[in-house]
Amino acid sequence: MSTNTSEYLLEVKDLHTSFFTDSGEVKAVNGVSFTLKPGEIMGIVGESGSGKSVTAYSIMRILADTGRITGGQVLYRGEDLATYDNKKMAGFRGKCCSIIFQDPMTSLNPVFTVGSQIMEAIRLHTNKSKAEVKARAIEMLELVGVNEPAKRINQYPHELSGGMRQRVMIAMALACEPDILIADEPTTALDVTIQAQILELMQDLQKRLGMAIIMVTHDLGVIADMCDKIVVMYGGSICERGTADDIFYDARHEYTKGLLRSIPNVNNSKERLIPISGTPINLLNMPKGCAFCSRCDKAMKICLEQKPQEVSISETHQAACWMNIKKMMEEQAGGANA
Amino acid sequence: MSSEYLVEVKDLKQHFPIKTGFMKTTYLKAVDGVSFAIKPGETLGLVGESGCGKTTVGRTLLRLYEPTSGQVLFNGEEVTDKNITALRKKMQMVFQDPYSSLDPRMTVEDIIGEPLDVHKLYTSKAERRDKILNLMELVGLNAEHATRYAHEFSGGQRQRIGIARALAVDPKFIVCDEPVSALDVSIQAQVVNMFEDLQEKLGVAYLFIAHDLLIVRHISDRIAVMYLGKIVEIADADELSDHPQHPYTTSLLSAVPIPDPKITRQRKRIILEGDVPSPMNMPTGCAFRSRCRYATEKCAKECPKLEDRGNGHFVACWNK
Repeated sequence: MSTNTSEYLLEVKDLHTSFFTDSGEVKAVNGVSFTLKPGEIMGIVGESGSGKSVTAYSIMRILADTGRITGGQVLYRGEDLATYDNKKMAGFRGKCCSIIFQDPMTSLNPVFTVGSQIMEAIRLHTNKSKAEVKARAIEMLELVGVNEPAKRINQYPHELSGGMRQRVMIAMALACEPDILIADEPTTALDVTIQAQILELMQDLQKRLGMAIIMVTHDLGVIADMCDKIVVMYGGSICERGTADDIFYDARHEYTKGLLRSIPNVNNSKERLIPISGTPINLLNMPKGCAFCSRCDKAMKICLEQKPQEVSISETHQAACWMNIKKMMEEQAGGANA
Repeated sequence: MSSEYLVEVKDLKQHFPIKTGFMKTTYLKAVDGVSFAIKPGETLGLVGESGCGKTTVGRTLLRLYEPTSGQVLFNGEEVTDKNITALRKKMQMVFQDPYSSLDPRMTVEDIIGEPLDVHKLYTSKAERRDKILNLMELVGLNAEHATRYAHEFSGGQRQRIGIARALAVDPKFIVCDEPVSALDVSIQAQVVNMFEDLQEKLGVAYLFIAHDLLIVRHISDRIAVMYLGKIVEIADADELSDHPQHPYTTSLLSAVPIPDPKITRQRKRIILEGDVPSPMNMPTGCAFRSRCRYATEKCAKECPKLEDRGNGHFVACWNK
């Protein structure tokens, strides 16, 4: 079959995911493509309804019953995940790619001890003996900074604090040493001091274990802190991608610019915020052209009619905005005249 | 009697009884001796981690809870059970969750009109309607939306309805309990700007409770930092952010992710060990000492008082 020697760990190609609800088809993800190399930390940032979580769930194929991938491919080491049967997919989850969820309160099972939940993951993916599995669970808890791990494995989730539960989730996700860790808003439910602990832990574990991380969040601060590669999503599509410096200092999509203007300036905190007008789009009723154009104050006629393609600004930096295309055409025309 | 301050809080305590066994009650000290004052037209930011008692302070101010002890003065007049109904004409509240704080069976018109009904602030139906439409315009809502129900609006618009409701009685002071936490970044900015505009137009004072330190710094004149039911530091917003003195404030500020990669790369985080202790079982002396790097024997014995360190910068710490 296809080659296993792809340089990319994960390749998402033109992914489309929809939810079929009573009120119609909700196009949550509309043609998302990106690649992930081993050991890379990629951030997906966007507001609620931008499709960032659904993209993550589509990769893991853990969508709700009404959701379906309607197009595109997800390749893991060059292999198409669509060709995996349920059993192989179960092997993929946890062993190759794990996910941690936003809310550590609801993502742990309250009727099992945390130890048994971590051990379940290890038992499913390895042939270790009972004693080895237990030793591994304790080792993992120690790795994520849970004190007295031997005692903790016999405790139930309600006996732990929010930060501790999130550590347990991370221990569970990393127990089988996956290549990819998807973190879906891992710190949104936590306080800032605990958030700092968890982010520090994730960075530290990434250095030690070398897995790639996909960080899904709405918090631009967390993104700036953690990620070398950033993807900005709006209305189910990627509007801009680039390095942290590209996005924060040289944003080229009107949405990214608007997002950055609407948070307080770090150096001049009293400066008035410039909000993005309007409200996020309704995914049931997607416009024909650029998804952002109804809220964009630089919208042109073409924005309404045609979806912009992603254009390269530099080797690392791409944006899908007609403004850039217009500017490039003007430059070309200007160059021809001169 | 009048004073320079609009709202004065003196040694406010709020202890909730918790049944911990048969015939046994422990007190959860949600707020344990908090004092501060707010001038007319000023914004005081109140920050802290979850469970530090910041929401309880806000609610106790408006007597949504009966305080265990302490005083709240509004315009020099003590707030008591007897005059609270009248005083709620001058003090209002905006709640965190725009989804659960609006009655789903009421139209926008009735939601905003209810405080007008309660305080009998109109003489004719036409006047009531005029007032409501003015309020809607003030917060940027379309007058055509008056007959709609809350579920027809987005989160940001609902928060606007909640704010219009609070403004209906023309208050001088509004407690804003995490008013933008549930909103998306782009909508947050709209609502924050609206708070600022309203303050300029109407001269209201805010107690702005939030956990997002960047937003709080942006909107506040002064900031108070709470930890386990006590204020540990209070100062001018920029002074507190640039020169924090209490070790808790320092680590809280350093934990905030800054949306600027260059600053982030240079910065060193001070990671606080462990979690916030349970307020049912607080450490003796200074509540923060279990997580503090500078803790000494003295901290275990005695709780430090909030002291003025010059220029209105108050700190409660033995070592700093």
